[in-house]
Amino acid sequence: MKKVIMGNHALSYGAMLARAQVIAAYPITPQTQVVELLSEMCADGTLNAKFIKVESEHSAMAACLGASMAGARTFTATSAQGLALMHEMLHWASGGRMPVVMGDINRAMAPGWSIWTDQNDSLSQRDTGWIQFYCSSNQEVVDTVIQAYKISEKLMIPSMVILDAFALSHTYEVVEIPEQAKVDAYLPPFNPPYRLSSDDPHAFGGLTAPEHYMELRYKLQKDMEKVPALVEETGREYEKTFGRYLGQVENYLCDGAELVFVTSGTAGYTARVVVDELRKQGIKAGNLRIKLFRPFPFEQVRTILSKVPKVAVLDRNISYGHHGVFYQEVKSAIYRQPVQPAIFGFIAGLGGRDIAREDFKEITDYTLKNNRPQEEIIWIGVKK
Amino acid sequence: MSKERKMTLTLPKEELMSSGHLACQGCGATLAMRYALKALGQKTILCIPACCWSVIDGPFPHSSLDVPIYHCAFETAASSASGVRAGLDMMGDTETTVMAWGGDGGTFDIGIQALSGAAERNEDLIYACYDNEAYMNTGIQRSSATPLGAWTTTTPVKHYKKERKKDMIGILAAHNIPYLATASIAYPEDMVKKFKKAKDIHGTRFIHIYAPCPTGWKSRPDDTVKLARLAVQTGYFPLYEIENGEKWTLNLKLKERKPITDYLKLQGRFRHLKEEEINLIQAEVEANYQKILKKCGL
Repeated sequence: MKKVIMGNHALSYGAMLARAQVIAAYPITPQTQVVELLSEMCADGTLNAKFIKVESEHSAMAACLGASMAGARTFTATSAQGLALMHEMLHWASGGRMPVVMGDINRAMAPGWSIWTDQNDSLSQRDTGWIQFYCSSNQEVVDTVIQAYKISEKLMIPSMVILDAFALSHTYEVVEIPEQAKVDAYLPPFNPPYRLSSDDPHAFGGLTAPEHYMELRYKLQKDMEKVPALVEETGREYEKTFGRYLGQVENYLCDGAELVFVTSGTAGYTARVVVDELRKQGIKAGNLRIKLFRPFPFEQVRTILSKVPKVAVLDRNISYGHHGVFYQEVKSAIYRQPVQPAIFGFIAGLGGRDIAREDFKEITDYTLKNNRPQEEIIWIGVKK
Repeated sequence: MSKERKMTLTLPKEELMSSGHLACQGCGATLAMRYALKALGQKTILCIPACCWSVIDGPFPHSSLDVPIYHCAFETAASSASGVRAGLDMMGDTETTVMAWGGDGGTFDIGIQALSGAAERNEDLIYACYDNEAYMNTGIQRSSATPLGAWTTTTPVKHYKKERKKDMIGILAAHNIPYLATASIAYPEDMVKKFKKAKDIHGTRFIHIYAPCPTGWKSRPDDTVKLARLAVQTGYFPLYEIENGEKWTLNLKLKERKPITDYLKLQGRFRHLKEEEINLIQAEVEANYQKILKKCGL
């Protein structure tokens, strides 16, 4: 069934189709429609789930974790300040191996107050042990939520499904809503190996001496390393049922390109249009949209970029005192490769400033004109 | 032949707590847990935030309790328990009791927001606070449960605590939850009765347990029960319950109350107090006791 829905509702439909059993959430702009629709679904029985209307995002994640420990499939969604407030519990989720799936609407961090998009909220949570997917269309959001449960529950690692504020969260697109029966066949009920049960008492998360702690973290990393292959496997399986492949990256005309944009989120959507325009002008451009950010898809990024002379990484975020985060990650992926492209780091679109085709033109001109970047960070559209 | 004499056991025989735990000598919080679990039984799941009990239970892979424990973040006892309850319900287990078990810091201070949220939503859980009147696990720092006049490591002798203890029961009573009670480790029958009563009620139930801490109070380990009893007998910690925020019942009526000095003098944390300060504390205790009597219609 096709429906015209907003990005936020794509998250809700994903959670509904995945048959989330416990949802705990707190409202924040621009996430609200995600949980409004879910609370409606819970109230009218469309979705058989408990909805806990908590008093903060910290409690939202804490409640999801409690429910997950009891064996329930859980969902929440938040944004910016809410995600930052959850920070402690994000470590709790991954450290405790609780496969919560959460939607995050990329919104710029205050102050000054901003409700508009950039990626600093989710990228600040880079090292919390969550799988992170950055989406560029509403279809991808629905599909990714379902796939995320499959991956998370297999590895007992939580997932964050991320979309840009307004540019996607409030944009209406045609979405093919997967059939429930097919989703049920793809995603069996959550059945964790251990859970809180008075029939089988265990203590979870207690005091852990240096003798044991490191092994727990080693195991988490080892399981994280399994994610890329599992994204491929579950993505191909999804394609078989639903006709849409869900991969780690989107390779748009990168093979044989002279210039490749590295993008994420909705900027990756714009980049495809720009690539088509450039190709018409005779410039062999490509776009590598990174969808899976954590764990970083090293193998695919290396393979694709090692054949490209010039790479322009576009970051809608900044790690203060360093560079854009994707720029750092791409550079680290390329390090020690026998052939290395010239990599340019651009920052644009912070706090919801548009990233338009003209901005890509500026990026293209700079990258083609220079053999190497002349600045550590090349700012696009900033009033200096 | 002499007649066979039988003593009636006034507490359930079942032991869900074993020896080998990591509590200090004379710990009131361990007695509190033992009695609470005797009342609630095997079908109980605990959410324990950061507090003495996250250590007392024993390090991974050991546990001194025979019920499941979810060790949760400091400020999340009530929110974690809300989630566990919802999860169990979705799993079809409506029988198991979910109990959040926190210290005074995790309840009066950092966890009060989540607790207020859970109480307002009337989550179906028991929240038990074992109150030893300071952050004992981190080394005796003052909390908002620390009483007026007490020494702690962050209210050193010359600057002993000048503020009153937070009226947590009053705050929770204002949430109109179905059941609210105070309990003391010196009155185990009363405590067990209250936990059993709480177990059969749905909605948010809060039990405030007075649990002396010899380490933090600078008292003798063998005075723990005596101190808990004196706290009741002086009227400092009356035993009462509140149903639906309205019906107040005093569980132990005192004909005469002992002077507060009997209680204070056994504890090093009050040693610095001068007569006028003790008189001030006595007046506070009196006023608070009268307030409770009035609420109980006595």
